[in-house]
Amino acid sequence: MKILKNSILLVLLGFMTWMLFNLYKDYDSRDTLNDTARYYAEKGPDETGAANLVTSVVVTYRGLDTLGEVTILFLVSAIIGLLLKTENGTRKTAMRASSEFMITAAKLLIPMISLIGVYIFVNGHLTPGGGFQGGAILASTFILLLISISRNKIGHKVLELTEALSGLSFVLIGILGVILAAGFLDNKILGTGTFGSLLSAGAIPIIYSLIGLKVGAELSTIILELNQVQGKED
Amino acid sequence: MKYLGLEYITVIAGFLLLIVGLWGIISQKNIIKMIISFSIIDTSIHLLLVAIGFIRNRTAPIIDSSVDKLKAADQITDPLPQALVLTAIVIGIGITGLMLTYALKLYRQNKSLEINQYKSLKW
Amino acid sequence: MIQTILIILISVGMLLMAFVAIYHKNLQVAVIASGIISLFASVVYLFLAAPDVAITEASIGSVLTVAIFFYVLNKIRHEDPEK
Repeated sequence: MKILKNSILLVLLGFMTWMLFNLYKDYDSRDTLNDTARYYAEKGPDETGAANLVTSVVVTYRGLDTLGEVTILFLVSAIIGLLLKTENGTRKTAMRASSEFMITAAKLLIPMISLIGVYIFVNGHLTPGGGFQGGAILASTFILLLISISRNKIGHKVLELTEALSGLSFVLIGILGVILAAGFLDNKILGTGTFGSLLSAGAIPIIYSLIGLKVGAELSTIILELNQVQGKED
Repeated sequence: MKYLGLEYITVIAGFLLLIVGLWGIISQKNIIKMIISFSIIDTSIHLLLVAIGFIRNRTAPIIDSSVDKLKAADQITDPLPQALVLTAIVIGIGITGLMLTYALKLYRQNKSLEINQYKSLKW
Repeated sequence: MIQTILIILISVGMLLMAFVAIYHKNLQVAVIASGIISLFASVVYLFLAAPDVAITEASIGSVLTVAIFFYVLNKIRHEDPEK
């Protein structure tokens, strides 16, 4: 019985391998950009003013995708909070008390790592990086905060407020683009400025900072929900 | 010599990782192992997408001192697959967290992580 | 040429780590192996001229995913009825 099952699995895997091998046989590397990418490369720096073309694609040309993605992350954090709801209402953490070294190192490191995260998402239109990366670094700061300093004092209130306000501002800036410029999430509601300076590219730095705050708050909410255990333990 | 380019090697590595991840999903009995295999498949798909967007002897799609702004279309790689992969990675962590939460919920019901112990869907 | 050799070594390392992640008995070792796959993948993205994706994969794929796995494993160990 077990041999039969394993042989069926092997046949299935062999079929999959054959299919992927055919895909690889037809694959040929490219040496020119296609039309869409050529449009982004030629018109993108003048239309959006952002030096990082990935940022201009993510925030302006395909900004609606980003809005949907942030919504998916919000739904994930809400569903995790719903599924892990404790029965008797009390929440406590599963961690032991942290040592003196941990607390001192965390007090030294948390401001620096937060500063790096903020730098990454403010400079998202000039250098590699942006809202998602900066938000992830803010969330890893939150992990460090959670395992070192305050084990029971961190509330949902701050995270919920940050997440709600940044999401609301994101949508409001998008609607302002409809009123003042060409369409939803258009970045020309502010002037594009000098190419390559910090205050350039219209609304892209503002939108990417809001995305960074929202992603950081959502990932932190997921980690906070997973950190708490049911109250009847211990 | 053509097949020693970076993109060909990365495409082969992506396909092999995809097959290993599929084998992990259909052969392992532990739910956590299944979720780990899913994250391996996730990484392999991202590798494939980025490798397909790569063009040899070109630089990253950022207009700085090494790229001429007027001739940018002949000097940079494709920015579109990179933007899509950027989105896909962030969604991947959300999906992984959701699956882990369901695994935790199942563990609280049945006190077991082995898939053989779940008989309620057998008939 | 040195890039080609490095990419081949990293790909072999990723495949080895994938087998470790699937077949190792200890779940924590398996989770760390899947994190190492993401870390190697971020080096590959850097060679493929995608620094944005490299930063994202290094900060999300190899740090936050492993952290979430460990939080869930900690909860499961905490609620184990046999202890």
